[in-house]
Amino acid sequence: MSEVLNPFGSEIFGIWNWLDAIIRVVIMVTVMTVVVMYLIYGERKIVARFQQRLGPTRTGPAGLLQSFADALKLVGKEDLRPKRADRWVFEFAPFATFVPVFITLSILPFAQDWGVRNLPLGLFFMISALGLEIVGVMMAGLGSGNKFALLGAVRAAAQMISYEIPLVLSLLAVVMIAGTLDLNQMALQQDRYPYVILQPLAFLIFFTAMLSELHRAPFDIPVAESEIVGGYFVEYSGIRWSMFMLSEYAAMWGFSIFGAVVFLGGWQFPMGEDWGWGWQLALTMGKSLAFIFVMLWVRATVPRLRIDQLMSFCWKVLLPMSLVQILANGFILVYGGPYWLLTLTSSLGAAVLVAIIMRQAFRRSSTKTLVGAYRTQLQVPAP
Amino acid sequence: MQAVKTARFFPICGERRRPWKEPGLSFYDSYSAVLVATIAGIILVGTAVIAAKLLAPFGRERGKDVSYECGMLPIGSNWSQVHVRYYLLAILFLIFDVETVFIFPWAVTFIDFPKYVFYEMLVFIGVLGLGLAYAWRRGVLEWGR
Repeated sequence: MSEVLNPFGSEIFGIWNWLDAIIRVVIMVTVMTVVVMYLIYGERKIVARFQQRLGPTRTGPAGLLQSFADALKLVGKEDLRPKRADRWVFEFAPFATFVPVFITLSILPFAQDWGVRNLPLGLFFMISALGLEIVGVMMAGLGSGNKFALLGAVRAAAQMISYEIPLVLSLLAVVMIAGTLDLNQMALQQDRYPYVILQPLAFLIFFTAMLSELHRAPFDIPVAESEIVGGYFVEYSGIRWSMFMLSEYAAMWGFSIFGAVVFLGGWQFPMGEDWGWGWQLALTMGKSLAFIFVMLWVRATVPRLRIDQLMSFCWKVLLPMSLVQILANGFILVYGGPYWLLTLTSSLGAAVLVAIIMRQAFRRSSTKTLVGAYRTQLQVPAP
Repeated sequence: MQAVKTARFFPICGERRRPWKEPGLSFYDSYSAVLVATIAGIILVGTAVIAAKLLAPFGRERGKDVSYECGMLPIGSNWSQVHVRYYLLAILFLIFDVETVFIFPWAVTFIDFPKYVFYEMLVFIGVLGLGLAYAWRRGVLEWGR
């Protein structure tokens, strides 16, 4: 009888379910704050090493307390709102940016059946929640009443929506093999080899699109400080600005764990199921930090792209390749091909992708290629 | 005949897939954490903003609330015009995003269905691929125009 009356299940009004969720979310808040602080510290240190500098050294031993000092400083900093800004849109943009990112952290599996919650549609939910972040970015850009902020927000919107499609399609290629959207289940399946071995092309596309979604270098056009000062958060200062930073780094961490679960075996590969939760937690953290290290490496190495290069790379290279990969996977799976065929086709695709990138990167520059797509607008003087 | 069939259809998915484990909580119960996380996120940002309101100095001076524009006084309106190509991109995105929403349930279950389910999706993706080719041909993807 109660089943009929209560379609939401028997425990929706149960206090223990809610209490459990609250305790787990509070632990998650604490862990996330500490991780983000040390990600910022780690980024400064690692990028400094890449550039033959030392990075923060003064605050605490080896500068370990630098992020805490920064946080204290930011709390005590004046929180300005320009006169031209739209008050409510401006003030609520940090909320709209941070909340979706935090939601994604609450559905990721950190160890076997251990996370805040495991959703049966985890992968789908993850993508949709991360897509919501763009609302906060647009709010910040439109509400600031600043030309640079608007430009940055529009660029960010164009970039994020464009790269979301290759991102989703590359994940779909893995979903076709896994046959589930449950992230915990997906990690469980990768006990002998991670999915990156079956789908290297999908992994490359995912990583590229991830960099772009997080607007990390070389895809940091929306926040390019040398072109449009700070992008959509030019007008933000003090604590609101730090909320944008918080959500950016939290998104970086969440995306890395997500990628680690889908492609690198998450808590499972190698020996996760056998060696217990401590090893699983270490695997998750280690893989996500390795992801972040590669992102910093890319940031320190690759110069920023132009926006026309960015867009054409997405729509003309990544999107067709991910569609072709889905079709290839479909043929192999429907006709029951062996799994090494998946590896073979995807590796060939990955080789083609790398070749395209290399061809673009090592193209000899001339006035013609430099001006490139802008030649219809600019009056180029005859050489 | 059945044995031949299983040999031909290499059971990659049957092998890889574990049986579906019933989650401990019902479908909606798992989403309680999402609601809690939303509220926790709002509280976290709200606390920080209120702490800054209490702690941070605030001085009202002339010129402090002027929009930033390279240190000069802002010129003209605060709205800048945005090129129409952003609009075209948004439309393209909508098309392909709806496509991915349709592909999701298919990608999870197409193995369990007869082959024509795969070919139907092939037609669907083919039509969208034609759309992409059309947009490409018409120069929507060229950023410079």
